Amino acid sequence: MSDNNMADPAVKEVVKGHARLERNITLLGAAALVTVAIGGIVEIAPLFWIDNTIEEVEGMRPYTPLEQAGRDIYVREGCYLCHSQMIRPFRDEVERYGHYSLAAESMYDHPFQWGSKRTGPDLARVGGRYSDEWHVQHLENPQSVVPESVMPQYGFLAETRLDFEHIADNLSALSMVGVPYSEEGIEAAREDLMAQADPDVPAGDMQARYPGAQARDFDGDPDRITEMDALVAYLQVLGTMVDVNSAAAQEVLSGETGR
Amino acid sequence: MEALTTRAGTWFGLLILAIMAAALAHDSLFAIHMTIVAIATGIGLWWTLYGSSVDVAGNWLRPANDQSKYDDDPVRWGVIATLFWGMAGFAAGLFIALQLAFPELNFEPYLNFGRVRPLHTSAVIFAFGGNALIATSFYVVQRTCRARLAFPGLARFVFWGYQLFIVLAATGYLLGVTQSREYAEPEWYVDLWLTIVWVAYLAVFVGTIVKRKEPHIYVANWFYLAFILTIAMLHIVNNLAVPVSFLGSRSYSLFSGVQDALTQWWYGHNAVGFFLTAGFLAMMYYFVPKQAERPVYSYRLSIIHFWSLIFLYIWAGPHHLHYTALPDWAQTLGMVFSVMLWMPSWGGMINGLMTLNGAWDKIRTDPIIRMMVWALAFYGMSTFEGPLLSIKAVNSMSHYTDWTIGHVHSGALGWNGMITFAALYYLAPRLWGRERLYSLRMVNWHFWLATLGIVFYAASMWVAGMMQGYMWREYGADGYLVNSFAETVSAMWPMYVARAFGGLLYLAGAVIMVVNIWQTIAGKIREEAPLTTAKYNPDADRPAVAEPAE
Repeated sequence: MSDNNMADPAVKEVVKGHARLERNITLLGAAALVTVAIGGIVEIAPLFWIDNTIEEVEGMRPYTPLEQAGRDIYVREGCYLCHSQMIRPFRDEVERYGHYSLAAESMYDHPFQWGSKRTGPDLARVGGRYSDEWHVQHLENPQSVVPESVMPQYGFLAETRLDFEHIADNLSALSMVGVPYSEEGIEAAREDLMAQADPDVPAGDMQARYPGAQARDFDGDPDRITEMDALVAYLQVLGTMVDVNSAAAQEVLSGETGR
Repeated sequence: MEALTTRAGTWFGLLILAIMAAALAHDSLFAIHMTIVAIATGIGLWWTLYGSSVDVAGNWLRPANDQSKYDDDPVRWGVIATLFWGMAGFAAGLFIALQLAFPELNFEPYLNFGRVRPLHTSAVIFAFGGNALIATSFYVVQRTCRARLAFPGLARFVFWGYQLFIVLAATGYLLGVTQSREYAEPEWYVDLWLTIVWVAYLAVFVGTIVKRKEPHIYVANWFYLAFILTIAMLHIVNNLAVPVSFLGSRSYSLFSGVQDALTQWWYGHNAVGFFLTAGFLAMMYYFVPKQAERPVYSYRLSIIHFWSLIFLYIWAGPHHLHYTALPDWAQTLGMVFSVMLWMPSWGGMINGLMTLNGAWDKIRTDPIIRMMVWALAFYGMSTFEGPLLSIKAVNSMSHYTDWTIGHVHSGALGWNGMITFAALYYLAPRLWGRERLYSLRMVNWHFWLATLGIVFYAASMWVAGMMQGYMWREYGADGYLVNSFAETVSAMWPMYVARAFGGLLYLAGAVIMVVNIWQTIAGKIREEAPLTTAKYNPDADRPAVAEPAE
């Protein structure tokens, strides 16, 4: 190697020190591992203690079993690859999509679905913006509603019965990672799911467990509960839990500096 | 005989376990995956019992026990796997590029964009790139340590275990098994399997370094080591999850919201930093000096740029989350470190390029060197563009747009692709004992097709990204937004077509490479006007064997 000003003593010292690392794989590996561990620890660890990343906001509740099943379908189909769920605090985004997203609004999102690309529009506050019928038609044939759309068709969702035999297991796993589902809520998961998707099933305590949950037949096919029911139920709840104009939400927002 | 019985018994036990898991599965997707595992263990059992009596493809699948030669079988398989998965990954990329221009090409449910896109990214990063990294690391670590692979059986396990990981991941995406973490989509049980394979990989690599005959550990191995260790750390932390059932395919991330987002992008950005950068720099540090027949430019620069690169890269993740609900201080840290990262990145580029000092004429005469230089040029370009995009003001416009996609591809196609192709061209004649490549002229064709493809790709995505960014935020004199979202989508069409065309050119170049290497393996030499390349000396390509004193 063609270094020629090795005479500099400081340089000599460093090179000599490094020669030890180069001769000892254990030292080299340990030094490398320490070096790469620092950044992540400094950046990620505080997020578990800092107030504005763990604070609750009025209105946030865990997803209902039906909404969670819809969310699982959203994840399965890779919707996040083209749709973000994170409105940034810019004039155009707020005007286009609604109030910018709060940290607390994704506190029950295991995993998060903020996305990284907008081939299609942001969905963080899509809930309530369109009718169920619009969503069903749009998912079955996007181009029939938006001719310019490049979205794939998802007609099979309306044809596929939702498999919710073990939905209680899903809620139970979510409660293990910190979503506050009660034991009764987990036990009643199947009933709650049916009560939300089928107006003829008695609601029981569903509304008490999930305040504000919208219960109806979402896919226009009251005879069965399909994956379309679940996905539309999920889309219709997005961004609707927190009333961002309420006093409590405004207080939280004022704490989120620098945005 | 007893060893054979034990081995066969183990395979049989695993086969029974896989069949039981498939039968008792919590959901049908897990059952399909366990069936694939059962088939894999069945093949393992069959190979254990009858493998020695079949001659699959000539004799190169046979373990070579000649101690005077390097253990190159896993490297040869790795070269073929790299070619195979590369073609699959490029073709999947072209397919999804066409889907964005012509949405009729979505075939629900299995071939919808949302399912094929992770297939494309994983195929090129982990299947193509990963096989290239494993194969070259096994090749390089033996040569630079002048020692054979430490655990030959484990090295073979690493190769085949990694292929099983790829098959499970790829089939999972199409079936709908995903945790939706970008570049870490495979579910919990596939993640656990990869962890086992990765630890074995670390053992083979470090074991070989431990038995080295050279006093110093060569710089390429520092980069390979940092890559293997860091990927292990990132993989384990980012995939922490609770499965719904131990016989089911779904799990829920241990973290949620903000914490989950930053953990994911800490992983995601460093998959770029350590898989696609540190690992490929390791390839650069071996193959560029070899092909140029010159020593590495600066030893001191390699020390400085190695430690600063691995230290700084880890901090850069938050630049994927600018202006989101991530706290501002974390975003700023991410931005500042991303800008600083420019320097060590260019340190690597300079060290590679200046290695050609005194041999610059080879760019004209040696198409493989030309590919390497071009790879380094693209590395330099994309590591300049990256810091630029990480600046919050720029990112406010570029984020969520196709500019990011263009940026990734100038790095992936230009840097990772080109340096891998060059390494494969270097390896093929040496691994199969051929005088030279089948055709150097075809390397030239590959070079120009790939270059032109990247130009189409990057240019169209720059335009597309900036158009999206500016159209989304365009206000009219009346104070209203000018464009509906649908209008911005239809404005993308010409750029999406141009991008797909670029991808087609890149794929065409890769097809030429496959033919070229295939013919090289077959031992053919194309009659053509000569071009030069680095000489191969088989006598010097041997481990150090202790010779008795006279």
